[in-house]
Amino acid sequence: MGAAQATDITGAGSSFVYPVLSKWSAKYAEATGNKLNYQSVGSGAGIAQIKEGTIDFGASDAPMSGEDLAKFGLGQFPSVVGGIVPVVNLQGVQAGQLKLTGAVLADIYLGKIAKWDDPAITALNPGLKIPSNKITVVHRSDGSGTSFNFTNYLSKVSPEWASKVKFGTAVEWPAGVGGKGNEGVSQYVRQIPGSIGYVEYAYAKKNSISFAQMQNAAGKWVQPNADTFGAAAGTADWASAKDFNVIMTNAPGEQAWPITATTWIIMYKKSKNPSHSKVAFDFFKWSLEKGQSDAASLDYVALPTTLVQKIEAYWASDLGNK
Amino acid sequence: MHASVSNAVPSAERAAEAARNAKDSRDDRIFGWVLKGCALIVLLALVGAAGSTLWLGSDAFHTFGFGFLTSATWDPSNDQYGALVPIMGTIGTAFIALLFAVPVSFGIALFLTEIAPQWLRGPVSSAIELLAGIPSIIYGMWGLFIFAPFVAEHIKPWLMNNFSADPPDGQVSWLVTHVPAIGKFFASEYPFFGAGVLTAGLVLAVMIIPFISSVMREVFQTVPTRLKESAYALGSSTWEVVWDIVVPYTRTAVIGGVFLGLGRALGETMAVAFVLGNTFKFSLSFLETSSSIASTIANQFGEAQGLQRSALMALAFLLFVVTFIVLLIARLMLRRMAVKEGK
Repeated sequence: MGAAQATDITGAGSSFVYPVLSKWSAKYAEATGNKLNYQSVGSGAGIAQIKEGTIDFGASDAPMSGEDLAKFGLGQFPSVVGGIVPVVNLQGVQAGQLKLTGAVLADIYLGKIAKWDDPAITALNPGLKIPSNKITVVHRSDGSGTSFNFTNYLSKVSPEWASKVKFGTAVEWPAGVGGKGNEGVSQYVRQIPGSIGYVEYAYAKKNSISFAQMQNAAGKWVQPNADTFGAAAGTADWASAKDFNVIMTNAPGEQAWPITATTWIIMYKKSKNPSHSKVAFDFFKWSLEKGQSDAASLDYVALPTTLVQKIEAYWASDLGNK
Repeated sequence: MHASVSNAVPSAERAAEAARNAKDSRDDRIFGWVLKGCALIVLLALVGAAGSTLWLGSDAFHTFGFGFLTSATWDPSNDQYGALVPIMGTIGTAFIALLFAVPVSFGIALFLTEIAPQWLRGPVSSAIELLAGIPSIIYGMWGLFIFAPFVAEHIKPWLMNNFSADPPDGQVSWLVTHVPAIGKFFASEYPFFGAGVLTAGLVLAVMIIPFISSVMREVFQTVPTRLKESAYALGSSTWEVVWDIVVPYTRTAVIGGVFLGLGRALGETMAVAFVLGNTFKFSLSFLETSSSIASTIANQFGEAQGLQRSALMALAFLLFVVTFIVLLIARLMLRRMAVKEGK
């Protein structure tokens, strides 16, 4: 944009996108002089603040409903894709070796499968030596977008989970212990033999905890990585969704990683502060088009080009950014 | 003192002095108001904070009524909330913290004032004050990375083998078969997992020892030397001097110090959130995971909306109530002691 005067825009919300947003904003400030001030206060707080109009954009791991968006004059679009992976602490089982289906994962989290040598698990893993430990389930204790997407996936693949536990940033977990943040969950999993947890992919990789491979909606076994996360984002049903209101867990693609998540950016349709909004759009345009390598270095995946085009069209049609 | 102005003094000077007196008393009044204002701010802040948590939590209190206090459910997806587990977790961890911190602090303070050689007092005292300055997140991290695994490996298995009805080594001890219900307090669903009420209580104990012991040390130093010297002269041992002279002389302040530590233990958030396990299942066991009021709020506030937010605010109000009740008990204890001593 090359504005003569630097503008500081402010955003708040999800901690899931915080690492990539801060990297993007540093690069963007170098390029344009405009600064972004992002507070990683949690999706709920981000939504509350954008409703009150105290910030230029909010970021949430759960999409807002069409009614809510209309009521407050807001619009939303996805920003970046990340994967959530089940991690296990099983002696002798290496990263990516253990195979789990959604239904089995749900039964484990429901407490119905309580031992690792349960026939439901060994049947999926012929040839893999699995210890007979008791399973200790680890979940997030704090309200989080990671839990939102994980429980959303479980309720898509398990009718029992859908009726009993449902999904949300925090739920009443039927089993297990709660660790605070990705850090807490990965530590608990490392400390408890026979435990299973779920964390953002970057955490599993950084802390070298064994993750499991999953069977996706197409019935294929997939490993978590940038390709399978991207495939999920590419095959989710964006076309028929209004305001990008699609939770892309259990995406239909052949290569799609089943627990893939995005964070929605929420902005005003008619901003009270058009000059700030303009910079915010420019920032997201820059990050969607040019920030891809920065996202990849942090184990996020950039949105597919077709989706980016759709988002930019949405800006023009719904958010008044022509 | 103003009356000493004699008649011989010229009236101009007298007028000047009267003016000065008036100014002095006005200044005094203003100073008094300022001080009153400072004290009132504290009171206002307290009433305001308690009032606003009650106001914001009123939704939850209305919805669940008295059941909010007795229900062990915490189910955000079905909007059902009960405060029983967080209240029990808060009181349980604080109780364990006091159980360990008070005797140790007492020992530290006595050592420093009565027994330690002069050259050692300075360094140990500053070390204790430094401990008090460590941010609670550091204690949380230490608890998560180092202490919880230690508990899981060394303390918990021993306790479970000796006191639980379902010990890891399979041999139910004599004590458990003969003392009814003791196993209930030492049961654990996850024998190989370090986080829980006991671990959180021990971490809290380390955190409040500096507070309690430095208060105790300060007040022990106020005991007049001649009282102690007299007792020694009568042939008392150090223990007798401590128990019959130092402790009775400083009792009120010592209890004050203990409650300062207790207040901190009740409200501690980050350290507890890392080592308590954060579950909402009702249990009497010290080895089981649980939740505390402060950790529940810290965990869930960022993403909470609607009734859940209100329930968290209601929890915050209950923390005020719990703290208030604890302080009330302290007051009553002190009063009863005063009555016993015939004051």
